[in-house]
Amino acid sequence: MSKTRVIEVEPVTRVEGHGKISIHLDEDNNVQESRLHIVEFRGFERFIQNRPYWEVPVIVQRLCGICPVSHHLAASKAMDLIVGVKKLTPTAEKMRRLMHYGQIMQSHVLHFFHLCSPDLLFGFDADPRKRNVMGIIDEKPELAVQAVMMRKFGQEIIKATAGKKIHGTGAIPGGVNKNLSIGERDFFLKDMEQMKTWSLSALDLAKNFTRDNFEKVGGFANFNSSHLSMVREDGALDLYHGNLRAIDASGNIIFNQIDYQRYYDHLMEEVRSWSYMKFPFIKKRGHLDGWYRVGPLSRLNTCGFIDTPKADKALQEFKGVTGGKPNHMSLAYHWARMIEVVHCVEKIEDLLNDPDLQGDDLVAHGERQEEGVGVIEAPRGTLIHHYKVDESDQVTFCNLIVSTTHNNEAMNLAVSKVAKKYLSGQPKITEAMLNHLEVAVRAYDPCLSCATHALGQMPLTVELYDANNNKIDGMSTAL
Amino acid sequence: MNATIKFRIDGTQVVTKAGLTIMKAADNAGIYIPRLCDEKGLEPQGSCRICIVKIGGQIVASCTQPAEDGLEVENDTPEIRNYRRDLVKMLYHEGNHLCPICEASGRCELQAVSYYLGIFQPTKYPYLQPDRPVDASHRDILLNTNRCIRCGRCIRASKTLDGKNLFGYIGRGIHKQVGVNGENLANTDAKVGDAAMALETCPVGCIIQKRQGFFAPIGKRRFDLKPLGTNSVKQQKGGSEQ
Repeated sequence: MSKTRVIEVEPVTRVEGHGKISIHLDEDNNVQESRLHIVEFRGFERFIQNRPYWEVPVIVQRLCGICPVSHHLAASKAMDLIVGVKKLTPTAEKMRRLMHYGQIMQSHVLHFFHLCSPDLLFGFDADPRKRNVMGIIDEKPELAVQAVMMRKFGQEIIKATAGKKIHGTGAIPGGVNKNLSIGERDFFLKDMEQMKTWSLSALDLAKNFTRDNFEKVGGFANFNSSHLSMVREDGALDLYHGNLRAIDASGNIIFNQIDYQRYYDHLMEEVRSWSYMKFPFIKKRGHLDGWYRVGPLSRLNTCGFIDTPKADKALQEFKGVTGGKPNHMSLAYHWARMIEVVHCVEKIEDLLNDPDLQGDDLVAHGERQEEGVGVIEAPRGTLIHHYKVDESDQVTFCNLIVSTTHNNEAMNLAVSKVAKKYLSGQPKITEAMLNHLEVAVRAYDPCLSCATHALGQMPLTVELYDANNNKIDGMSTAL
Repeated sequence: MNATIKFRIDGTQVVTKAGLTIMKAADNAGIYIPRLCDEKGLEPQGSCRICIVKIGGQIVASCTQPAEDGLEVENDTPEIRNYRRDLVKMLYHEGNHLCPICEASGRCELQAVSYYLGIFQPTKYPYLQPDRPVDASHRDILLNTNRCIRCGRCIRASKTLDGKNLFGYIGRGIHKQVGVNGENLANTDAKVGDAAMALETCPVGCIIQKRQGFFAPIGKRRFDLKPLGTNSVKQQKGGSEQ
């Protein structure tokens, strides 16, 4: 009788939420199957029903403590349509954009410096006692300060626009509930030069890691896939509003400038028994071939250009690496993420110098509608909120397709690729080998709490099973 | 007759005309006594017991107890504060008071009294978690009795100020709650302009005006600007939980 072993990595660490990796090995220790399991469940889509619609942007943001602004704004965009508002006042849209750019900046910085930089700076197989954020503080204190201060800047932007750094109330159906005072504006302007300098140095760090380790990056969880994101009507990167564009692995358009109100004509979700996270796919390509990636890497692959100069220059350099074709390297997410930080900082400066932010026309009005879809490019990718509201103003339907969910298939494939490359045939499985699996997952900056609309932290576990499906080993790494 | 009387609250002399309640005399003197069922313009009901004070060893409701010459009233003492805290905590456990997602947050008197009393976290009692249907039938007003604390302010306002008698108590004991005199709110002549529907009348988020939630930004809501008890002579909070 053949024997297989199963390795479990549980919990996966330095990611947002709870998950585990299981690796099935045969008698010769060759990897047969690898899976990223998402083990949280929460049920927001159900208990939001019967709530009055104006509560929704405040309630659903509780999905997450890392990127609540994304949920707050996606829900608000849907509720704009419920109250019949297709175009916000300039002050309202710019306040929301400012909130969103602050959010993406702080989230990307958190991920890059606090969660991933230990792998990038010390090595994937470095001593785990050093390969953590405390190691960064010890050995690279200037980077640690930069990380904290950049994140603080983004969080303060959120507080100024939403009232609180976490779970604010700034966006309301049809607009916002406050503008930006002169005092608040000047508080941020005094730090802009420092933020610009730091965003460029962070970009250099991510870029140089990719260039200096190009062979490793190119051979680590690098696989062809389609990519999806929202783009502006002229094809520019737009993190707040636009239409949907999907490209295949060669860069050919699958669909373009699709109004996201009809996202369900183009995207479907598959359920699999072993994960609480669904598997979305592009309808016309079917569930086997229709999967795709989202997030910073995908956004840079799908957009034609960036409308801020420093980020656009960085984009052209990024695209040059693959000759203008889509970049499929999982570890290139880090570089793409830091280009977006540069973009956000440039956008924040532009907005702070825009007098519209001091306007008093905060809320637009329209004719009440029954259904609305809000889409935003969250830090981790395209975020879709879909609601129906009855004539009593109560929510009757809610569907959320969260950024991390789109990347479900890709993360599983990344784990599988890395497992086969680093674990297959090895007589002994080491912590360093397992960290390679986590590095692959971490590149996607998954928020498993969001993806399952679930509660809690997100440590991850690796489990090892034998050929008879008996668990024979497991490993958990502390947060 | 406008006779003047003198009495003391926590040692501070209060000079007032005769015939007022202890609460009214304290208000006039700028001494804060926390309350939930009492509201300016309504007859006192004495039901929430948050305004209790101690006189001669007896606990009484200051909203209904007449002030008398020579009284020594204990108001902001550790003993009374602890009684008040227990009473307020039980209200949280009898209803669904989810402050982080409630549109009344920041203007909610239950929340503001809790902060005044130093209650900032869940407490020791089991949650009853009522699951009463929300009455969203009215075009402009929504009734969520899961948040009701049975203060009766809406009942009294509707009866005495609006002359409509839209609300009443139903049930007994722990099952007592406020109900609509009718099938639902849409089948009454309730209007946004009614005193019973005013945001200041309902001390929590039970009666809310539709489509107005979260319009006030954090930092500019009623009790963000002036927390309860901070405009009184003593300018002191109720202290941290004992």
